Amino acid sequence: MAIITMREAISQALWEEMERDPKVFIIGEEVGVWGGTYAVTKGFLDHCGPERIRDAPIAEAAIIGAAIGSALNGMRPVAELMTINFAFVAMDHIVNETAKLHYMFNGQFRLPLVIRAPGGGGRQLAATHSQTPDAIFAHFPGLKVVAPGTPEDAKGLLKSAIRSEDPVLYIENATVYQQRGEVPDGEFTIPIGKSKVQREGKDVTLVTYSKMVSYSMQAAALLEKEGIDVEIVDLRTLRPLDMEPVIESFKKTNRAVIAEEGWKSFGVGAEIAARIYEEAFDYLDAPIKRVAQKEVPLPYNRRLEQLALPQVEDIVNAVKEVLK
Amino acid sequence: MEKSEHLELYRQMVLIRRLEETAAELYQKGEIGGFLHLYIGQEAVSTGIIAARQPQDHVITAYRDHGVAINVGIPSKVVMAELLGKATGCSGGKGGSMHMADVKKHFWGGHAIVGAHMPIATGLALADHMEKRNAVTICMFGEGATNIGFFHEAVNMSKTWGLPVLWVCENNRYGMGTSPERASAVSEIIQKACGYGMRAYDVDGMDVIAVKNMVSERLEDIRAGNGPQFLEVCTYRFRGHSMGDPERYRTKEEVQKFIEKGPIDNYRKFLLAEHISDEAGLVEIEKQAADEIVAGVKFAHESPEPEDEALFENIYVEDVERG
Repeated sequence: MAIITMREAISQALWEEMERDPKVFIIGEEVGVWGGTYAVTKGFLDHCGPERIRDAPIAEAAIIGAAIGSALNGMRPVAELMTINFAFVAMDHIVNETAKLHYMFNGQFRLPLVIRAPGGGGRQLAATHSQTPDAIFAHFPGLKVVAPGTPEDAKGLLKSAIRSEDPVLYIENATVYQQRGEVPDGEFTIPIGKSKVQREGKDVTLVTYSKMVSYSMQAAALLEKEGIDVEIVDLRTLRPLDMEPVIESFKKTNRAVIAEEGWKSFGVGAEIAARIYEEAFDYLDAPIKRVAQKEVPLPYNRRLEQLALPQVEDIVNAVKEVLK
Repeated sequence: MEKSEHLELYRQMVLIRRLEETAAELYQKGEIGGFLHLYIGQEAVSTGIIAARQPQDHVITAYRDHGVAINVGIPSKVVMAELLGKATGCSGGKGGSMHMADVKKHFWGGHAIVGAHMPIATGLALADHMEKRNAVTICMFGEGATNIGFFHEAVNMSKTWGLPVLWVCENNRYGMGTSPERASAVSEIIQKACGYGMRAYDVDGMDVIAVKNMVSERLEDIRAGNGPQFLEVCTYRFRGHSMGDPERYRTKEEVQKFIEKGPIDNYRKFLLAEHISDEAGLVEIEKQAADEIVAGVKFAHESPEPEDEALFENIYVEDVERG
């Protein structure tokens, strides 16, 4: 086991897959000469050359569109959106093309395509550059949506995404690139579409994913001191959604909190709560609580921004409430 | 050109015309659903383009795609079955009129969002460029699509990277009911290509031989490594934008003027005048095309509906449980 950062995990996955398969290439803004806006592809250009580390014009629709076309024609592109907020500029190609072509042409078209997109709030970038719109993308059948919360999952899931025959939106959180974690040595992958119990516990099921995994772990550590034993289920993939570990855990604890960074309305928590109600209503001992971002566009001001974002303390309080 | 090649082009154009006329009837009977965009009047465009391409060249087009489907060699009965939403259709009944494709024939659809297929064309060409394959991507689109951002992003990227794309603007004079004079800052569409430093050409889209020859030259030029080029093909659709077009934006006289120089009549006269065929030869081709479409309708009628299970098939390549 080595201890590495999220950034290193993502970078290693890209590097290893490019070494393994000459059809893999990276396309995006500032991925080459600059070395990646978040330095994820630093050093790649010298090693792989400008054909495979392809600096693109500021044209998100063309970046995703060209990734689609090259995937159809035999390549395995990893398209990098500088931030997930720019995905809205390429929304047609993500929603109307990437998610649809395989189905609409009855399986003739194959899109082994990865879209990497860092998102998340908390960097004082104001409303347009701080969103966590993961739920929107998880809405569309045909797309796979992955959002890892640990370096191990970040590396293993990205490798699986690159090897997948299906299009995968790989959502990163730009505030946790420096977060460290243990990663197995040598070659490994993590399957897409499998939730994971990150921490075992008996009192409450805490369902979460992405950045909120580390917040949830911190909350669990605080709650442990008060004698509350939290089980954390990390979704890891939003579509296809693996509810089995969630339901299994819930049947044990009979109480659930869902923590996500995005807005509450129509969000991941809403979906998970609904599924628990549908699949395990008889096991319910308390109303399910959701921890999420306040329903405002994120402001620039540091204090206001943090006020809007979900905090460790919010998770702690929600857990205590469902235990009342 | 060999006589047989001439007659093959004529056959394809007549076949498209019969297919479209029959599709219009079936639409009016309610047998074809959704939108139906007919290619009547524009047959020489796709027929000339596809006749000029090499087998390795890709073609991708917009929603008015029945012509390309026939030209690349999708059997007309399979096109008809798709129009009727049958399991035997080229997209298994899941795509319909606007989403015909045959990947084995390097025909990548059939795309219904205006201009959205243009960045995809850039990507098809990017793969060939990276793999050093000697293929050109032919991307067809209407003049209305040159007003959307996708066009500019896709064209800019293709030129910046020197990708092998032939951008073919099929100018039929109206984006739905709006002419370039009402929607485009420049009404000469090829000026837009010049803005991206691309060589730009135009050709009479009512003349199948002119289209074929022009496209052959352009493809040769691009294949030689000269980067993307732009071709405006001037044409006209004789029917409405889709079924149920009130056609308030043009006069009957204008339509009639273009019908009189229609691509099939034009070519027919040429074939007779040049003694490439006699009247009986052409009548025989026309009869065979009509018979083929009648048989195609029968095939489509007798074909099964997609099974209920098909609803959940091909959402993903890899096995995924529902949800």
